[in-house]
Amino acid sequence: MTDKTMTPEEVVARLHSGMTLGIGGWGSRRKPMALVRALLRSPVTDLTVISYGGPDVGLLAAAGRIRELVAPFATLDSIPLEPHFRAAREAGAFALTEIDEAMFMWGLHAAANRLPFLPVRAGLGSDVMRVNPGLRTVTSPYEDGETFVAVPALRMDAALVHLNRADRLGNAQYLGPDPYFDDLFCAAADSAYVSCERLVEPGGFADAVPQTLLVGRHSVTGVVEAPNGAHFTSCVPDYGRDEPFQKLYATTPWDEFAARFLAGPDEKSYQSAVQAWHEEVR
Amino acid sequence: MTSQALVVSRAEYCVIACAEAWRGDGEVLASPMGLIPSLGARLARRTFAPDLLLTDGEATLVGADGAAEGWLPYRRHLTMVTGGRRHVMMGASQLDRFGNQNISCIGDWAAPARQLLGVRGAPVNTLNNPVSYWVPRHSPRVFVPEVDMVCGVGYDRAAAAGARYHRLPRVVSDLAVLDFATPDHRMRLASLHPGVTVEQVRAATGFELALPDDVPYTRDPTPEELHLIREVLDPEGRRDGEVRG
Repeated sequence: MTDKTMTPEEVVARLHSGMTLGIGGWGSRRKPMALVRALLRSPVTDLTVISYGGPDVGLLAAAGRIRELVAPFATLDSIPLEPHFRAAREAGAFALTEIDEAMFMWGLHAAANRLPFLPVRAGLGSDVMRVNPGLRTVTSPYEDGETFVAVPALRMDAALVHLNRADRLGNAQYLGPDPYFDDLFCAAADSAYVSCERLVEPGGFADAVPQTLLVGRHSVTGVVEAPNGAHFTSCVPDYGRDEPFQKLYATTPWDEFAARFLAGPDEKSYQSAVQAWHEEVR
Repeated sequence: MTSQALVVSRAEYCVIACAEAWRGDGEVLASPMGLIPSLGARLARRTFAPDLLLTDGEATLVGADGAAEGWLPYRRHLTMVTGGRRHVMMGASQLDRFGNQNISCIGDWAAPARQLLGVRGAPVNTLNNPVSYWVPRHSPRVFVPEVDMVCGVGYDRAAAAGARYHRLPRVVSDLAVLDFATPDHRMRLASLHPGVTVEQVRAATGFELALPDDVPYTRDPTPEELHLIREVLDPEGRRDGEVRG
């Protein structure tokens, strides 16, 4: 059996500028933040990012790494508007493919099923059609004759997701209330990298409730053990969102934030800087 | 109960007006976005709409006492939307006379003056299940002749698109209840919250509203409803932080 464990640096070494990158999680929830931070330490840029956007999008946008964003929103959840996404949009820093949440989900399903599109009852009548002139419609061949939007497959070169547990083979488990769409991201990508809070040893899933084993090894290229690797987004039940730190992220000028927390050589230096900040403000 | 307790605040009228949105909906998911709609949905569930489904705001369906009764992660939530067994009350940064709604950005979409949330689920919501709106500050900046980006689809565009399941039951603001019960589905003043005048609503609306001959007032809460709002659902009075007066 293939041992797929990697460091964040080894994952990022397999990514390249100009690629289409899917990022799992949702808003400020279980985002693969350690992998995004590793990406920020690399020279990889000019990305097309596909995401139910949160601070993953904000960080990459602030660092100027996004050429095109495909998303229905970007939010920090407890802070409705993602400030760096917002600033980048208002500065015209990247192209945006803005589609509805359900269109996005069906785009993932289409890609995972190797279909060119799926019909969706969403988008018609809205300005999603105006701002995406490439979107086409499809008409039912049956009696109803209804017209739908043909949402194109959201196929990606690589996907990054974060789960609670994984084994060395790439099987991964979520333990919180919501799987989000991480299995679809992995299935929709040519290569997929899973970071996890904790690696379990072979056989470690023997007692798992099977439905929690969300991501299968056949759809995973690399596995990274990254404790606190979704920080500052939530990763329940391992931990909730770090609200004070998220607030700091949202209110600190980007250069200052990046210099203090993102300039170190590795993930460990980030986690130490966060810990030092928490001790300072305690 | 003292007479003092029966002085109903504006926020409490707003909760009642939001609750009424779900009257008669039966066994569907009530999806309130924001504090006042959330109080309204929970009030409806505890009184006249006991079959409504509610979530904890995350992925769990909960009973009136907060105990789990089901699982609703985002992917299944989207099936509730497209299956139609849901009535959402969304916010609106802009809203026009036919109910077209914008939460995406202000200004030219290609170079927005102010980036907001993005379209989120407004397109899929409006084409699949009833969508009501909550506007905590009724003003001409929200009620505009034309929205900058159509996220939620209004009646004129829904008709043009042949949408089968489109319905906008009501818009609740801090001043009034509005609906689209006119022959061409233009927005109409349905009721005023007590203490508000027709003139006030007209001045705060950036287009001409249809007006019935007699505009009723939003109904009073019952003593039981007031008790539930004040003692059970919102004992800290957070509602008064969203709507004053």
